[in-house]
Amino acid sequence: MSARIQAASWTAMALLAGVAPLTAQLGSYNPPAGPQETVAIRGAMIHPVSGPVLQRGTIVISEGKIVAVGAEVTVPAGARVIDGAGLHVWPGMMDAGTTMGLSEIGQGAAGTVDASETGNINPNAQAINGINPHSAHIGVTRVVGITHVVSSPRSGAISGQAALINLEGDTPPLMAVVPNLAMYMTLPRSGFGRGFGGGFGNFGQQPGNTQDADRASKAQLDSLAQLFADAKAYGKAHDAYAKDATLPRPRHDLQLAALLPMLRGEMPVMFSADRVTDIRAAITFASENGLKPIIVGGRDAWMMTDELKEKDIPVILTGVMALPGREDDPYDVNFSAPAKLAAAGVRFAITSGDAGSEARNLPYVAGMASAFGLSSADALKAVTLAPAEIFGVADRLGSLETGKIANLVVTNGDILEARTLTRHLFIDGREVPLGNKHEQLYEMFIGRP
Amino acid sequence: MKSTLWTLLAAVAIAPALAAQGTAPVTIIRNATVLTVTNGTLTGTDLLLRGGKIAAIGTGLTAPAGATVIDATGKFVMPGIVDPHSHLMSDAINEGSLSVTSMTRIEDVLNPTSTGIYRAAAGGVTMLNILHGSANTIGGQSATVKLKPGKSAAEMLVPGAPPGIKFALGENVTRKNSNVTNQQQRRYPYTRMGQAEVLRDAFVRAQDYRAEWADYRARGAKGVPPRTDLELQPLVEVLEGKRLVHAHSYRADEMLMLINLADEFGFKIKTLQHGLEGYKIASEIARHGAGLSTFADSWSYKIEAYDAIPHNSAILVRHGVLTTINSDSDERIRRLNIDAAKQMRYGGLTENEAMRLITINGAIQVGMGDRTGSIEVGKDADLAIWTAHPFSVYARVETTFADGEVTFDRQRDQAMRETMAQQRAELEEAPENKTPASGGGQGGRGRPAPASTMTEIDQ
Repeated sequence: MSARIQAASWTAMALLAGVAPLTAQLGSYNPPAGPQETVAIRGAMIHPVSGPVLQRGTIVISEGKIVAVGAEVTVPAGARVIDGAGLHVWPGMMDAGTTMGLSEIGQGAAGTVDASETGNINPNAQAINGINPHSAHIGVTRVVGITHVVSSPRSGAISGQAALINLEGDTPPLMAVVPNLAMYMTLPRSGFGRGFGGGFGNFGQQPGNTQDADRASKAQLDSLAQLFADAKAYGKAHDAYAKDATLPRPRHDLQLAALLPMLRGEMPVMFSADRVTDIRAAITFASENGLKPIIVGGRDAWMMTDELKEKDIPVILTGVMALPGREDDPYDVNFSAPAKLAAAGVRFAITSGDAGSEARNLPYVAGMASAFGLSSADALKAVTLAPAEIFGVADRLGSLETGKIANLVVTNGDILEARTLTRHLFIDGREVPLGNKHEQLYEMFIGRP
Repeated sequence: MKSTLWTLLAAVAIAPALAAQGTAPVTIIRNATVLTVTNGTLTGTDLLLRGGKIAAIGTGLTAPAGATVIDATGKFVMPGIVDPHSHLMSDAINEGSLSVTSMTRIEDVLNPTSTGIYRAAAGGVTMLNILHGSANTIGGQSATVKLKPGKSAAEMLVPGAPPGIKFALGENVTRKNSNVTNQQQRRYPYTRMGQAEVLRDAFVRAQDYRAEWADYRARGAKGVPPRTDLELQPLVEVLEGKRLVHAHSYRADEMLMLINLADEFGFKIKTLQHGLEGYKIASEIARHGAGLSTFADSWSYKIEAYDAIPHNSAILVRHGVLTTINSDSDERIRRLNIDAAKQMRYGGLTENEAMRLITINGAIQVGMGDRTGSIEVGKDADLAIWTAHPFSVYARVETTFADGEVTFDRQRDQAMRETMAQQRAELEEAPENKTPASGGGQGGRGRPAPASTMTEIDQ
């Protein structure tokens, strides 16, 4: 090893000793972003996703927003200019299936796991109140170009409220794009056995024969229907009292109050469901209760595309890399599911399928779906604009368009390819240093003799 | 009678050898880009596969009569992927009741009907090191197999592959993550200290056992021989360098403990398995001569994985450690090509260095480096044809060969789907598969089960 490398590694160690303790402290490894500057990336290949690729264009960001994109753009005076020659600019990617910041070390460190509140009904549990902005997962995830994620609670039938967060910011409010984005639910699994994580299925084993299982699941659905009826009555009572204070004053109930936005159709509901029967049950349940459903999981969604298309129900695919669920499934049944949804015109997004530590594989999951029939443009859309549209934030995120939040990535190649390197990363218009826990440890040990 | 028996035994012994040599099809792959791994990338190249071997590499090769010709224009050929850490096909993984289970053998529990075999072959994988689990300090004996869907377990075991054994250290052995916290349920060792002592105790006993046999042989094998010990015999083989040690380990300190202990007893660790903190002691690993087989980028799923970094393999390679990427997963095994590609991004390995992590290096780690893991004349015909460079996310396997036999073929797969869909539909319609209410089942009004099916059930 050269003396230069050794010296560099000792410098890195000295720096680390000053900045972050070398013991196994959780977090504090994510270097903070810079200010919201006016920056122009000039002469790069620009992939807006919402429109055709610009072979050579310029993008300007200022005060946290994209202010200009095009082939002929005047760079404002005083802007910091990044030479984009040979580089590509992409909208930041979005993983809609994580527990980012809610869970650090899955096994053996229960104190670092806050994704699963106890009890079965937790509509008032808010992910934004549990997210650790210093999670080391954040720093390693964003450097591949994932700039924002949905982080959801995961347990019981009504798990709580998911948050849409930027992967930058040293407090949860600073990270939040939409702090209360969607409710996360898992209905009792119809038929045998346990649910796919969460839900009543996780709450307790279902009875072992079909009739008893159906009966149990019906009872559980009835109890949810009763809860929703109570919430509606609660909402009515409070609305009435707000108009007429002479009426008896209704008491407050945090759980019932938390259910109102979704019952009024103001907050979408993420239903965790993979099998045809469970997806169908979620659709029926949503329709009966006036909910706006988003299917999360969606393993079998490709088998019921007509139904999903007709009712315009979007799907967040979490299992593109999962093993086939059935013994006689084709080997590529899950790899090829996105292509089938795309061909049928079902709205869908792709997630990494990992809650946090491996969410950084999101681009490769989408890319591999492309090896099995999805166009590369659709693969890119499935991790950028499509999830933004599904959650109703496409006016702010998902593509490179004027007025949108400046979450963007500059790379030396195709963002979906594993060999591609990130050159610059902007979140909320701030340039984010590409360091993180893993880079720090690499610097510490690459030169160790 | 005796001669008949010997004839039979000889026939049984020779039959698999014939199957491997005589009946393997002759195939010529034309005009491919060939990633040889050991000899650069060859463009516009033909490969001749004959007798289960790579018989020729060149341009304009003459196709022998009866050869299957595959046009691979625009396609890539790479060696079959070797996964140095798998539990595929295993009907049992852990005999975790004792702290030393060196007498148990994975080859006794291989299930050749596992669907995972075909799915892995569809990812370009040809050879696996199937390991015992990590529940105890000294686990069972491993098995080296080539994936051949439809063949028996015996036919998948690689003849001549050196035997191996699993060791394990750290959290899985203490079982502190498995809710075994009750004092009554605890099994020694409960700490890393205890793990070191279990190893030391086992090897001291193995040394004594070896000495007893040496004394017996020194006496001219006269008198009462020492008792055969199935637990210690594999450890004697380790001491004599005849059995490869694959040691599950995460933290740098526990790896170093094992290396020092092995040095003290005079044996080598063939591979540190996982070795997620190997990068912290890369020089010590290199000095001992151990290889290391790690994950591409998994981390943080337990405390001992919290300092894991995806640059592990790059740091190890730079320090001269023979390194591989493994799956340890029936799912992940199907995309080891992308796991290897990531090592170019993290830590900056060259394409060839990254490719070695899933091919020749794994072959060397299981003692098969002279037989497989690269595309060279005379080596086993273990390779796969890809639609694009296998490090691209857009690449897909077209055909996989193990010992020259097709173990996966995309076109055949597509054709098979139609047949299977038809069979499935027929089965679903069969009266015995319908509820009595809908006219099926026993005593239903539907047609009786076909005679052939009934015969099979009777057998």
